[in-house]
Amino acid sequence: MLKDITIGQYFPGNSVVHRLDARFKLLITAIFIIMLFASNTFPGLCIALVFFLIAFIASGLSPKLMVKSMKPIIPVIIITSVLNIFFIEGVPLLSIYKFRITDNGLRTSGFMIIRLIALICGSSLLTYTTSPIVLTDAIEQILRPLSKIKFPAHELAMMMTIALRFIPTLLEETDKIMSAQKARGAELDTGSFTQRAKALIPILIPLFVSSFRRAEELALAMECRCYNGGEGRTKLKTLVSGGKDYLALSISLLFLSAVMLIDVGTIGVA
Amino acid sequence: MELIRIEDVTFRYSDISDEDTGADAPKPSEETPPVFEHLDLTIEKGSFTAILGHNGCGKSTLAKHMNAILLPSGGKVYAAGIDTSDESRLFEIRRHIGMVFQNPDNQIVASIVEEDVAFALENMGVEQSVMRKRVDEALDAVGMSEFKEHSPSQLSGGQKQRVAIAGVIAMRPDCIVLDEPTAMLDPAGRREVMKTIRRLNRESGVTIVLITHYMDEAAKADRVVVMDGGKVILDDEPKNVFSNVELLKEVGLDVPQSTQLMYAMKKSGFDTADTHIINENECADYLYELLR
Repeated sequence: MLKDITIGQYFPGNSVVHRLDARFKLLITAIFIIMLFASNTFPGLCIALVFFLIAFIASGLSPKLMVKSMKPIIPVIIITSVLNIFFIEGVPLLSIYKFRITDNGLRTSGFMIIRLIALICGSSLLTYTTSPIVLTDAIEQILRPLSKIKFPAHELAMMMTIALRFIPTLLEETDKIMSAQKARGAELDTGSFTQRAKALIPILIPLFVSSFRRAEELALAMECRCYNGGEGRTKLKTLVSGGKDYLALSISLLFLSAVMLIDVGTIGVA
Repeated sequence: MELIRIEDVTFRYSDISDEDTGADAPKPSEETPPVFEHLDLTIEKGSFTAILGHNGCGKSTLAKHMNAILLPSGGKVYAAGIDTSDESRLFEIRRHIGMVFQNPDNQIVASIVEEDVAFALENMGVEQSVMRKRVDEALDAVGMSEFKEHSPSQLSGGQKQRVAIAGVIAMRPDCIVLDEPTAMLDPAGRREVMKTIRRLNRESGVTIVLITHYMDEAAKADRVVVMDGGKVILDDEPKNVFSNVELLKEVGLDVPQSTQLMYAMKKSGFDTADTHIINENECADYLYELLR
């Protein structure tokens, strides 16, 4: 059951999107997010979605993957949209008892759903097409100027690398501990919410203890391999940017300005 | 030529501060008994030495002295001619004496095989083109080239341990100390790792110190050092060490199965049985001769 988690997973490939410089991909994803939240009109949002579709088709990933990545956030989407429908003031369309559904409410929640879905899809596209290690490198490089003001860019990147490396290991371990506790009669899937939450304690404690042990051993192994912090380190792979990266960035900036223009235009008209 | 010299070394865990304590160290009390006292041992360059002993005999602690993870309470350890207590040359020592641990999962840092192999080189600040070459060579040496783009979580235990070994040999150390590298592996994984270690020793001339409690692995070394209660009790070629069947049993160790068989036969009256036989082939030959 824990194996189904797809967030942060990387699917190797050789598409244009895969080959883009990760630093640019990060920037472009940021631009896409700005597009989503800057557009307050339907056509603006459509342009942002068209941008995503182009990127998605270029990546050659299967739509199934995207659908799968949505699963964990479905409850969030439902809750936010329901809240939006009932609690936003506007012209009432339908009223049941005390609750009223308004035109504004419908519109806002519709926008919210599209934005959230697009947000997850966009960031999933980034992590699906970029190896986590390259992504960490990119984050480290983007943040490197900040190390002048004592921002721990290398340490942060190292922590992310190790976290990513240990996610599958710890998931596997959690599965094992769960089975072990079930074998001892622990009931994890039945009972009330509080009972189930309490049943997690005997799983979390061994997991924590074992991660501390792992951390200690890992630190030792890293020391044995001459790890000495970020200074004077070289890299096996350096990120290289080329024409296609600048082209992709220009295209996304173009889309961003289109979104802005349409927004300003329609608001002006309205 | 000697590569590691351990001279009159005494070590007790109570003498070190908490933060230096190894993962499996007992809690330091007021005066813990020494793990070992006045221990001497030299490791020759290019040799393949197995250190045998049951749990808690001090073999892992000894291994940690070889690349300055632990410093002796008394006496001196020289690794590649460098005194391990010289803190300014710590990284030099670590580069000469690589170390592989028991759990492959806990020593792989990166989530891509080749990135992990490059980790030590990145730390050492090796130039990129040189690094690429040495990573490829290291992966080739352990037979993991085809997995270089894989994630370690997709690999079997034996494969992971080979990646960990590659991560160490990429540093081009003179010596690799392996602390029970096969203890967590299945038989197939153990065979893979042992084959890799032996090939590194034979073909690349890397000095190997193998800490183990598997007799069959120790039998493949050039030299076997048996430790008990912090002392070296036997130190010789495998066949001479394993012929001391009674002494080994006394300190809670087994002998290789073929030696065990020879020993049992000798006891039941086969005078020709030779307890210097330590591998299956020699044993089979002997039985064939006997039955003919």
